[in-house]
Amino acid sequence: MTPSPTAESIAVAAILFVVLAAYALFGGADFGGGIWDLLAGNARRGAAPRELIDESITPVWEGNHVWLVFVLVLLWTAFPPAFAAIMTAMFVPLALSLLGIVLRGVGFAFRHTAERLETQRFTGATFAAASFITPFFMGTVVGAVATGQVPVHPAGNVLAAWTSATAILTGFLFVAACAYVSAVFLVLEARQRGHPELIRYFSLRATAAGVVTGALGGATFAELSSSSPYVYHRLTGISLPLVAISIAAGIAVLGMLWLRWYHAVFLRATAAVAVATVIWGWGLAQYPYLFPTSLPLADGSAPTATMVSEFVVAALAVLLVVPGFAILYVLQQRGMLSAAESDSAVRLAAHLEADYPGRVATAPEPAGTRVATRVLVGVLAIRAIRDLFARRGRR
Amino acid sequence: MGTMAHILAADPIPARSQMGSSLGFHIILACFGIAFPAVCLTAEWMGIKRGDAAALLLARRWSKVMAVLVAVGAVSGTVLSYEMGLLWPGLMGPWGAAIGIPFSLEGIFFFLEAIFVGVYLYGWQRLSPWAHWWSGVPIAVSGIFGAMSVVAANSWMNAPAGYTLTNGKITSVDPWSVYFNAATPYETPHMILAAYMVTGFLIAGVYAVGLLRGRRDRYHRLGFLIPFTIAGICAPLQVMMGDIIARFVAHNQPVKFAAMEFVSKTTRDAPEWIGGILINGQIYFGAAIPGFDSILVGFNPHTTVIGWDSVPPDQRPPLVTLIHLSFDLMVGLGFFLFALAAWQGWWWLFHRRVLLTPWFLVPTALGGVAAVTAMEAGWVVTEVGRQPWIVYRVLLTNDAVTPSSGVPVTLAVILVLYAILTVVSIGVPVIMSRRWRRETPAEEGTEQVPYGPPVGASAGGRAPAAEPRAPDGGPEAS
Repeated sequence: MTPSPTAESIAVAAILFVVLAAYALFGGADFGGGIWDLLAGNARRGAAPRELIDESITPVWEGNHVWLVFVLVLLWTAFPPAFAAIMTAMFVPLALSLLGIVLRGVGFAFRHTAERLETQRFTGATFAAASFITPFFMGTVVGAVATGQVPVHPAGNVLAAWTSATAILTGFLFVAACAYVSAVFLVLEARQRGHPELIRYFSLRATAAGVVTGALGGATFAELSSSSPYVYHRLTGISLPLVAISIAAGIAVLGMLWLRWYHAVFLRATAAVAVATVIWGWGLAQYPYLFPTSLPLADGSAPTATMVSEFVVAALAVLLVVPGFAILYVLQQRGMLSAAESDSAVRLAAHLEADYPGRVATAPEPAGTRVATRVLVGVLAIRAIRDLFARRGRR
Repeated sequence: MGTMAHILAADPIPARSQMGSSLGFHIILACFGIAFPAVCLTAEWMGIKRGDAAALLLARRWSKVMAVLVAVGAVSGTVLSYEMGLLWPGLMGPWGAAIGIPFSLEGIFFFLEAIFVGVYLYGWQRLSPWAHWWSGVPIAVSGIFGAMSVVAANSWMNAPAGYTLTNGKITSVDPWSVYFNAATPYETPHMILAAYMVTGFLIAGVYAVGLLRGRRDRYHRLGFLIPFTIAGICAPLQVMMGDIIARFVAHNQPVKFAAMEFVSKTTRDAPEWIGGILINGQIYFGAAIPGFDSILVGFNPHTTVIGWDSVPPDQRPPLVTLIHLSFDLMVGLGFFLFALAAWQGWWWLFHRRVLLTPWFLVPTALGGVAAVTAMEAGWVVTEVGRQPWIVYRVLLTNDAVTPSSGVPVTLAVILVLYAILTVVSIGVPVIMSRRWRRETPAEEGTEQVPYGPPVGASAGGRAPAAEPRAPDGGPEAS
């Protein structure tokens, strides 16, 4: 039998899955924003949704991105053999997802500062395409882990692991789930900012993405029955309640959207539950393995003191980071965070009768024409990825 | 094919090049992440406290530059955390349980930094002045603690401690000793001071150019003086710190120290070599101060200094000349920056003015480049000097490197990406500053924040200023 893991290992694994769910929700929503940016259509039609996406993501994306760094450090500190094996065997998809992260950051940094139209188009396209690439390749890695195709002592890249049907399906599932979460959140962002046409716009897309996510989830699930019998068995056994909650929450979200009951808390929470429970269901289904049936949790865990220190770090995170995020999100929801200029400092200076007049009121139109090129580049990027797969398949 | 792949994979040079270039790039941005918030907050504090419009304007503009640099830094930092696994699974697999601990703590500070950067940057408009100022404080504090944690991980590689091995596997860990290993108290202040110097001298350098070009208004003098003062206070501390660290390295990593100082044989009366190239055991073009190295190590010319002959050749660092010259360069530039700071400090003491002579401003304009060069040289010394070990006397770099064969490809991609990131992190502030200069301070309020949404309608009570806006072809400004 597999050695039974210690309580600390289980606790830290649980923390890891909480952090994973947080990244899927917050980071995923930001990626989803990029996907909707990519799919927003031509210049005129796409201008309004793009602006909303931009406003919702800009102040928070960096904080949301840190969840990923936290996933990495938790994995390498608490479960170092698993981390080393994944990083070696999944070198290619991880390097590609990293490429996506870098390009997205570049797109973000340069997007609104670029003066020339071509540069803007290019950076916008980079941002949008990268939002697609990153979750897709992360999904393939998760698919490879769930199917137990990551060797414990890999000698190098393992191509077959992340190009299996399950892994590819998981990749698309991740993309769809990001788009889904993002669309639901954007419905509420639109409502809060008072854009009725955008509420309808994103509500429609949330529904579509929800259906696609459900279908992809079902397909992945079916595929797991042959590719990973252990996980499939547990998913239909002990994890079944979590899977059922996820499906129910997913349907509930669709129902709320259909009934136009845009409750700021309930709608967000239900969508969050739908995503988080799937991730936790997967985690529970893998138990007690890090890699199903080849690397038990007990063998892949760091010594007790390390686990305890991770616990302390998690407690510190709850103490420091959670209030921080609360401040960030509350300020953002109340519209206190804005890139517009007329700031308190200027007002103060004006009050002090310093040489500091008020600001000029001009609202520049968001550049619409860059969008067509952005979509084109996005489509080309998708095609390039497909070609990449075709080539890899043939080898 | 298999053996070929093995030979290719066993070569750590591409992996080391990739790690080196990633770290060398990221560290500059990390400096801004650590020290820029403090510089910004100082200006904002002066602005609010004294009602100084120029200081406020500086703080606001700096915060925008900071936002770009922190965003690029967040990305390049993520690249590094991926690379820890992608390139060094042999380090992270067996040793992750120990070295991961400081990194986990760093995760918290990274979080706080990213969260409050969002608040600080986008809170200018609606938060009250002091609330806004306080929202920046966590960024500065977490910058320092984050730097401490990451450098503690690097210190651990130089002075591994706090673990028990059983059959080559870590079976117990003492987190406290891992974090506060022997090298931590030396390396972390050294790096934090370096970060403040790099940031301060780079920003001051920008305004020194402005002063040289005749823009000598209060805005430019203050823009010069605030970062220069911060960096200038750090400069003498750094020189002192460096002297202490050198003695620590001489005792703790004698082979690294031997490479730094060209000590081939363990000897008393070791000379201090300034410059010089080592070819076949002979030093050319160098100047030697007899016995001075021994004095530096033990305050006595008869102190024994350990040479690299104390270990077998396969345990000696490669590229000794590079290590030695990098060390000399770092020390030399450190003294150069110290001298600049002392000169201005002296002048300030008696005249309360910024030195405006080109004899001061031209070298100061280059001070930022000098600080960056010194810091990079320092990292070369510590990282190349530790070779062939990745964890000193515990794990060889060759045993830590990934067996994956894709590293030369990712190295090429990374170099291209970093070229792009460099263009972004220099280009975006340059574009912004050009736009600022084109527009008067009155109009400054309408320009774009880095990667922010388009500027919305004004909340200000005054009518739009009458000045015509400069056409610049970009849609944002039209």
